[in-house]
Amino acid sequence: MSVAIDVKAVTVHYGDVLALDQATLSLDKGRICGLVGMNGSGKSTLFKAIMGLVKPDAGTVTIDGATPAKARRSGVVSYVPQSEDVDWQFPLSVQDVVMMGRYGHMGPSRRPRKADKLAVAEALDRVELAKYAHRQIGQLSGGQKKRAFVARGIAQEATTLLLDEPFAGVDKRSEATICELLRELARDGATILVSTHDLHALPDLADEAVLLMHRVLLHGTPNDVLQPENLALAFGLDIATRSESTP
Amino acid sequence: MTIFDFLLEPFDYVFMQRALAVTVIAAVVCAVLSCWLVLIGWSLMGDAVSHAVLPGVVLAYIVGAPFAVGAVIFGVLAVALIGAVRDTSRVKEDAAIGIVFTTLFALGLVLISVTPSQTDLSHIIFGNLLGLSHSDLIQVLVLGAITLVILVIKRRDFTLFAFDPTHAHAIGLNPRMLGAFLLGLLALTSVVALQAVGVVLVVAMLIIPGATAYLLTDRFGRMLILAPSISAVCAVVGLYASYYLDAASGGMVVLTQGAAFTLVYLFSPRHGLLVTRIKAVRRRKLAAA
Repeated sequence: MSVAIDVKAVTVHYGDVLALDQATLSLDKGRICGLVGMNGSGKSTLFKAIMGLVKPDAGTVTIDGATPAKARRSGVVSYVPQSEDVDWQFPLSVQDVVMMGRYGHMGPSRRPRKADKLAVAEALDRVELAKYAHRQIGQLSGGQKKRAFVARGIAQEATTLLLDEPFAGVDKRSEATICELLRELARDGATILVSTHDLHALPDLADEAVLLMHRVLLHGTPNDVLQPENLALAFGLDIATRSESTP
Repeated sequence: MTIFDFLLEPFDYVFMQRALAVTVIAAVVCAVLSCWLVLIGWSLMGDAVSHAVLPGVVLAYIVGAPFAVGAVIFGVLAVALIGAVRDTSRVKEDAAIGIVFTTLFALGLVLISVTPSQTDLSHIIFGNLLGLSHSDLIQVLVLGAITLVILVIKRRDFTLFAFDPTHAHAIGLNPRMLGAFLLGLLALTSVVALQAVGVVLVVAMLIIPGATAYLLTDRFGRMLILAPSISAVCAVVGLYASYYLDAASGGMVVLTQGAAFTLVYLFSPRHGLLVTRIKAVRRRKLAAA
């Protein structure tokens, strides 16, 4: 099986603050990996390093064997932002947002052709948002918003999907729908990295999981990562015992 | 006097024809650009760049270069300085903007005061619609056309940059370049508009039309039609008002735009104050029932 995302000994500082310390992570094609760690543990920085938004002080990142810059230009990387980073009042329809996934396939004026419109319609069908295509993007529910951004990645024909906290502010049923969708995409060959606080959903969603605390503490099955003694390493004992006692 | 006389009389004069042409062009170009500025949250940046071009324009006048060259250089310089002050000191962005643009604007005022032929240059500050020469008109036409064509052709990229720069980055575009490009166009547009309303009031034309259109629609494509349409109508109405009331033309144009915004703010069927209040009352009644 070929490696899709390969992060080797990546170190990132913000000023004097160490965000990532020799983080190493290798993810095979078609796998879903859950990224677990406290706020400030470097999850967002890891995403940024993979996308080339921050330049590591040391270490390398490759996507499908290429540098992040080359991978971006070939359109294989798609990012689903955290809800709080999106201006939901922006005057765009769901269809407009999904169409932005096609821009890499278009000419300089990004004028959509028939193939682009078709790809957008198919992506919207796939995430079951076809009937909301003309809604303003903020008029969707929390889960639908996430699916709209996943649809953008599908329309883009991205093979590497990065989702930053996709389950924050999303109800349980929508979460299950999104998980099912991501599993389908992975079956079709997409490689998916998901950061999440929702530890209970992890075994249903992910094939593997990573415990991050600036360093990669553990990379194993979701159940390995969810062992209380392992969670304790990343979160401190408090949360580990609580997560054990809640159903 | 018939309505036709009323409408046609001002344009018996060549200077009024030129004033009309320049005002409408400036109004349209500024309005199109304003759609992105209000959505990105760059209103203050628009204020800064449109003021900071002043010394560039004056220096261009002194050395006999096109105004646009000086304006773009100082527009870019202002943005770079703002970024530098923000990133390399503990001063926050709004303060950095305030420091940089007022200093550059002051430099422009000082340059004007020490440059011979003051009458010509003081017009840059308040605009001089009624004293436009033929070459002024040509310059505005050319710059306006260039800016408008670029904005229209690259509109989807600019919208992507405004909405989700991270996605722009993810698909291999360079959001910093797109932003810099937009700010460069902002500097060019400032040159177009300062002929019409002057440096001080340019920022009004760069914010009000976009904000007005934003209250009227949830479609960016429609904003791009509504903002310049409203802005052009306001420009014409403002010009008539200035002619018949014998009042400052730049001021009248901006006042008209402000009045149009007020009407839309109150009565927009989609996002107006009245409608949102009525909806809120209805919701409360429904909740109580």
